[in-house]
Amino acid sequence: MTAPRDPSLTDEAAPAAVRTEGLAKRFGTVTALRDINLRVGHGEVLGLIGDNGAGKSTLVKILTGFHQPDEGRVLLNGEPVELRSVQHARSLGIETVFQDLALVNTLPVYMNLHLNKEPRIGPFLDKRRMRAQARRYLDDIGISIPSVNAEVANLSGGQRQAIAVARSVYSDAKILLLDEPLAAMGAKEGGIILDLVRMLRERGDVSIIMIVHNYAQVFDVCDRVNLLQHGEITLDKRTEDTSVEELLDLVATEYRTGGKFAAGRGQYLSEVRGDGTPGSAA
Amino acid sequence: MADPVTSDPSAADAADLDATAAAARVRSTGLRGVGQNLMRLRELSVVLVTAVLFAYFAIGQGSAFTGKDNLGNIANYTSAAAIIAAGEVMLLVCGEIDLSAGMTFAMTPILMMLLHNNQGLPLGIALVVALLVAAAFGLFNGLVTVLLRLPAFITTLGTLYLVHGLTLKVAGSHPEPAPTDGTFVQVFASQSHWWSEIVWAIAIVVVMQIVLTSTRWGAYTIATGGNYLGAAEAGIKVRAMKIRAFVITAVFAGFAGVLDGIHTPQSFDPNAGGNDLMFTAVAASVIGGTALLGGSGTVIGALFGALLLGILQDGFNIKGLSVNTFIMVEGIAIILAMVLNTQLTRFRRGARAE
Ligand SMILES: Nc1ncnc2c1ncn2[C@@H]1O[C@H](COP(=O)(O)OP(=O)(O)OP(=O)(O)O)[C@@H](O)[C@H]1O
Ligand SMILES: [Mg+2]
Repeated sequence: MTAPRDPSLTDEAAPAAVRTEGLAKRFGTVTALRDINLRVGHGEVLGLIGDNGAGKSTLVKILTGFHQPDEGRVLLNGEPVELRSVQHARSLGIETVFQDLALVNTLPVYMNLHLNKEPRIGPFLDKRRMRAQARRYLDDIGISIPSVNAEVANLSGGQRQAIAVARSVYSDAKILLLDEPLAAMGAKEGGIILDLVRMLRERGDVSIIMIVHNYAQVFDVCDRVNLLQHGEITLDKRTEDTSVEELLDLVATEYRTGGKFAAGRGQYLSEVRGDGTPGSAA
Repeated sequence: MADPVTSDPSAADAADLDATAAAARVRSTGLRGVGQNLMRLRELSVVLVTAVLFAYFAIGQGSAFTGKDNLGNIANYTSAAAIIAAGEVMLLVCGEIDLSAGMTFAMTPILMMLLHNNQGLPLGIALVVALLVAAAFGLFNGLVTVLLRLPAFITTLGTLYLVHGLTLKVAGSHPEPAPTDGTFVQVFASQSHWWSEIVWAIAIVVVMQIVLTSTRWGAYTIATGGNYLGAAEAGIKVRAMKIRAFVITAVFAGFAGVLDGIHTPQSFDPNAGGNDLMFTAVAASVIGGTALLGGSGTVIGALFGALLLGILQDGFNIKGLSVNTFIMVEGIAIILAMVLNTQLTRFRRGARAE
């Protein structure tokens, strides 16, 4: 269960670590996101849930500078920023574990752990240091990998996931974005990742947005939960103020309304918002 | 229980060539260990085959094969192909190819001589300008392929004709005499030493091998070909990596053309090199162990691939076998190398369904 936390961490008046205002993103005719107003306090862990295709990854990719929004803006510590590239976002302290992990199969583990931030001696990669650090990171996390020299292609899904997570955790990230860090993980490895998130949360110097499919895990490590449905945030609550039942109920409502009526989705959205305005698209 | 993370106690120690890694007693499961060793053998196998072929012809043909003049022939054949292959490997690793390299090979020295003879530029400056023109064609290949998302096969096929036509137009389709003495000739391809061209080839190959294995440029090239989207997500400038590889290939091709023309025929033929040489360079890369799938490759392997082809062609020639036989053998060698490549990769990856 979520432990009670210092309320100042998520005080609405203090500038949030990350805030978005009216973010929208379209891919051709597909509207992946519309009017996203999201808020993550300093040291807060936000769980992002929603069905496949709801727009979760797209939202994360905007926050990491990979996609640029069509509308709206992102604010870090109250300052509007235009995240131009992944590089740029990283220079502002934003690190990401992508859903597809962004690992290069043909490179060894230690290279993947340092991808795009390799230590160097002059123009040359400092492989010795990369190997030593890689071993230390993986030992610290408690994930065993046959060899840091192994090509990533030879590893299991869970091991790959662990490498991707370790890569982001062992950076000076102020904001950590995790896109389904627990997918493809067995109970043991999943537990290790959850422990890591818990540890970071205790330390409180990193703000985390985490996409999770398993609701129990949301209540396990998140301070707050946002439900994303068809590109809109339809629920934003502290985890102690909601329950697995409420979330399941919301999602179930979507199936009932979405399946039966032509205008199901709009109707459903006005239902969850309780404001009577139907959603904008058919 | 299928738990891939806890290491199998029966796992064999991976025979790792790297001392640091060996010291850390890293372990790999048996099947994968064998696969990784075979991967290393892949590069080794081309070296072995080359050595065996050399010994075979050296013993069978004696000094006709091992004589200075003949070694020079092999060295020349190898050099031009290896220098171009040094670029092609970078391209193949990031998932692209340049079919126009053979034409850039012919164009660059002719351009250099025209600038020297007609514009009065010193040879050194003329070389730099001509290489810049080659680089511009490489840049064009890269920009069109990457930004307009054309397959490199199409882009560079177009450039192939464009550059060839341009060369014939400015050169009037007759060979341009090459400089025969002076510092320029001494530095780039002294005619009095059979090895003067291959020294350049080896230097370029070694530098590019180090670039590929030990610098960010190389790591990002591998990442670009290995996982284009993933590399982009990690913040790597994947498009720039590809464009850079196109540029370097064109520059190497142009430089090889200059060296080759000075060294051997002592003239620059607008029909020199051409598609034959370009395909030899690609064949050398493939035989050397660079997969066309992108994500992995070896420049050193390509040098040995070129050497293997050079020895084979020359040996056949001395033995009095027809060049047609060589061409057939070359074809079989390419297919064999490719089969070996893909089978090994599949073997290596096969254990893990993604
Ligand atoms: N690069 C893209 N080009 C076109 N459409 C895209 C692109 N990326 C995402 N989409 C579309 O945007 C919508 C949201 O996709 P997104 O990946 O954000 O969903 P998600 O919530 O992460 O789903 P999942 O749980 O399956 O990962 C989908 O309809 C998807 O097809
Ligand atoms: Mg997703």
